[in-house]
Amino acid sequence: MARAITTQRKIINTTAAWTIGLLIFFPILWTILTSFKTEAQAISDPPVFLAFDWTLENYGVVLERSNYGRFLWNSIIIAGGSTILGILIAVPAAWSMAFVPSKRTKDILLWMLSTKMLPAVGVLYPIYLLFIKLGILDTRTGLVIVIMLMNLPIIVWMLYTYFKEIPGEILEAARMDGATLKEEVLHILTPMAIPGIASTLLLNFILAWNEAFWTLNLTAAKAAPLTAFIASYSSPEGLFYAKLSAASTMAIAPILVLGWFSQKQLVSGLTFGAVK
Amino acid sequence: MTLKVSTLLSACAVAALSTAATAETITIATVNNGDMIRMQGLTADFTEKTGHEVEWVTLEENVLRQRVTQDIATKGGQFDIMTIGMYETPIWGKQDWLVSLDDLPADYDVDDILPAMRGGLSVDGTLYAAPFYGESSMIMYRTDLMEKAGLEMPDAPTWEFVADAARKMTDKDNEIYGICLRGKAGWGENMAFLTATSNAFGARWFDEDWKAQFDSDAWNETLNFYIGLMNDAGPPGASTNGFNENLSLFQQGKCGMWIDATVAASFVTNPDDSTVADKVGFALAPDTGKGKRGNWLWAWALAIPAGTQKVDAAKEFINWATSKDYLALVAENEGWASVPPGTRTSLYENPDYAAVPFAKMTLESILSADPTNPTVDPVPYIGVQFVAIPEFAGIASQVGQEFSAALAGQQTAEEALEKAQALVTEEMEAAGY
Repeated sequence: MARAITTQRKIINTTAAWTIGLLIFFPILWTILTSFKTEAQAISDPPVFLAFDWTLENYGVVLERSNYGRFLWNSIIIAGGSTILGILIAVPAAWSMAFVPSKRTKDILLWMLSTKMLPAVGVLYPIYLLFIKLGILDTRTGLVIVIMLMNLPIIVWMLYTYFKEIPGEILEAARMDGATLKEEVLHILTPMAIPGIASTLLLNFILAWNEAFWTLNLTAAKAAPLTAFIASYSSPEGLFYAKLSAASTMAIAPILVLGWFSQKQLVSGLTFGAVK
Repeated sequence: MTLKVSTLLSACAVAALSTAATAETITIATVNNGDMIRMQGLTADFTEKTGHEVEWVTLEENVLRQRVTQDIATKGGQFDIMTIGMYETPIWGKQDWLVSLDDLPADYDVDDILPAMRGGLSVDGTLYAAPFYGESSMIMYRTDLMEKAGLEMPDAPTWEFVADAARKMTDKDNEIYGICLRGKAGWGENMAFLTATSNAFGARWFDEDWKAQFDSDAWNETLNFYIGLMNDAGPPGASTNGFNENLSLFQQGKCGMWIDATVAASFVTNPDDSTVADKVGFALAPDTGKGKRGNWLWAWALAIPAGTQKVDAAKEFINWATSKDYLALVAENEGWASVPPGTRTSLYENPDYAAVPFAKMTLESILSADPTNPTVDPVPYIGVQFVAIPEFAGIASQVGQEFSAALAGQQTAEEALEKAQALVTEEMEAAGY
């Protein structure tokens, strides 16, 4: 009887998980399917799911019209650069707050997070003017800096949470054995926090890859990444949904593949410390 | 003589060298529509003729507006040419944000530009943007459904006829709706349509003292007529329908009539995308017998921001892209139906172009719109479907939300108008009018 209930519950749980998963994934699946339709099929009512004449024409048009390679390269540099720079700054910050907390550590953490509560558009003009003054408008360097700054509170918070899970006694033991601060961070703390750092790195890379406010507002022809590539196919006067879907699919494909292969690390990192 | 020849040759060589030396790369901000994309594909012709390279930044329309405003106001210098519309040009021209285009070469033939377009893109007689394509609005209707309803569409119908025809064409059980009109909130969406329509009913945004006029009988009649018609003969969920949603409905054969931008004509008559391509007729936007039609006037135009360092190269590009030769180049490559419409008189005098089914009605619609005298009573502003003042975009977006809510049945037309009157009055007073 107990076994029957367990099996039944398992089936219900599995079905529910698949249903929720498919519901979440459906918009992406629909975008991918639309990219293989003609423009007429893309807007047909009732919509066609799989029974349509599959075509690669939209991909051909998008590749011919846009320099996909340049947008992709910009995305890689901007997302990769801001992630690495962010980690380099956040690891020591999170270490100090986790292991050498002061009276104000909690306040600082909250203050850092509070910067995320302001809508980005609120600081658009000051940053835009600053970029003009510094000559970094429409440059990858400028975007690496601004996106790193935008994501830094999240990185610090995530790393802080992971570091807090590491017993302070281990670090203390290392210190008693004569380890310097550098050795402590590099040889003791970092290897133990690798799953946390890896998942923070991946999540931050995904956030930076998908960032569409700053990348659209601070770039023109030179540093525009894949978000700008997608936006260029949006049209208020004309139905180009199939081409827009092809551009979207091409933009999300690299990150989708990366997410697929690293899902184990992402899940283990994100649930780290969730269950005690 | 020998000396003269050698001097001439030297001068030519220097000129050639200087041309090569001054070859520039210009950055152009533009929107994603068929005509602009076609121009991008033909840019090689410009590079071949001038040596200048072009980098395109294609943006969604609202993003483009925000980006170019931001860039021009902060002198960001990211763009050498901007694609702007009839709303921005007079405002920015007046503020000296744009470079004058009065010195384009004689063979550009500026007098060939349709007067309505030239007037809408000029400030005090100075041209600040060159029209790349122009549009008005007109009725696109299903000839088969009109025939089935036992009616014949005149070339210049009244709103009364259109409403009657819409109700007769409607067959909701079979998802056929007599009329599809914009309902989505936005100054460029429902407010473009409703502002233009209100002109035909004798309404206006402001009187000559810049006092809001939404408490007038004319606005009341306009909004109640629109909502009543849409309730009886419009598609469900019309309050979220903009250009693209209505285009989709029309192409699928679900609209009897659609009143919208003339640029849609090439989409609905394209058999690759439209299921009703061979059953579409065109007529002028309707009137109510008061002497004004509800058709708007718009142009996407190329302008040079005052902050650019590449004025000469930018002017060369504008000279190329908005010239008669460019129209011929498009016709040669893609046929006359693909030529950007609504900018030059000579295009409409060309017998090859006259054969395009929507050419005549597009021209008549453009010619019948008067941005300087848009409605029945005198107004202090320029613009048919907009008011060319900087405050308009923000104010009209708010009014658009009230009107869209009224169409959705969330409030009455009277309530929407009352709110519109209050908010427009407040905003205009705050702006110092």
